[in-house]
Amino acid sequence: MKAKIHVYLKPGVLDPQGAAVAGALHTMGYEEVTAARQGKLIELDLSGEDADAAKSRVDEMCQKLLANPVIESYSIEMA
Amino acid sequence: MKSAVIVFPGSNCDRDAHDAIARVTGEAPAMVWHQETELPEGTEFLMVPGGFSYGDYLRCGAMASRSNIMPAIIAHAESGAPVLGVCNGFQILTESGLLPGSLMRNAGLSFVCEKAPLSVANGNTRFTSRYDSEAELIIPIAHHDGNYFADDETLNRVEGDGQVVFRYGNNPNGSARDIAGIVNAKGNVLGMMPHPERAVDAKHGGTDGLALFESLLGSA
Repeated sequence: MKAKIHVYLKPGVLDPQGAAVAGALHTMGYEEVTAARQGKLIELDLSGEDADAAKSRVDEMCQKLLANPVIESYSIEMA
Repeated sequence: MKSAVIVFPGSNCDRDAHDAIARVTGEAPAMVWHQETELPEGTEFLMVPGGFSYGDYLRCGAMASRSNIMPAIIAHAESGAPVLGVCNGFQILTESGLLPGSLMRNAGLSFVCEKAPLSVANGNTRFTSRYDSEAELIIPIAHHDGNYFADDETLNRVEGDGQVVFRYGNNPNGSARDIAGIVNAKGNVLGMMPHPERAVDAKHGGTDGLALFESLLGSA
């Protein structure tokens, strides 16, 4: 079983790296880019069969380590 | 006062911390490896030093703040004993929840390594009582992720409660409200990005960090 976790900055949290990416894309001529936000994708390989139980464990992992609730939100996709 | 310095894989200011504490107290601090689960008996002052614990992977300080020694550090802080986190140590203390907010990538994206002018925003803490409250200090900074962030409600609360202890004179990293160092609500845990342990000897180029250790530990 795999879990894909997207971690991204909460709305309202400044993202200087995303702003730099948007700036670089503008320099390259991609003027349609109005904003860029940079996040993380974390993939976990998991043992076990029960997807619901696994997802609730992954949610706990996100709260305890993988995301910082002060600045970040996350979403979990099981596959 | 018995002191201890926590050492993580990737700490690189642990020996500077050791030397600054030894200079002020006349007694070498215990160096405590992160895999320990207890602090040496009788430890009073605890310092979490700067560096790049776990290579700054995931988020600065994230993995160090979940290491084996951390429950003992949290218990020590909650008992009201003094704890100082500098640079990566500050990041570890916010990641552990001992201090509010978070340290994000510098607004200018560059690593900054310079002498930072600071003002003392609260001279009545146990860390700052020996500073002249009007004084402008020069203390070195060296970090990539020192951009202090918290939501407005938290910022208003820490400002109102006098928890902001140091402010930058020329904000080098985009920190909210020029915050360079904050204490917890009880006032016994201080986190700061500038390095007072690198400013305790004329040969460092300045001694403005000395009064912080003297405030806390008494001069030798």
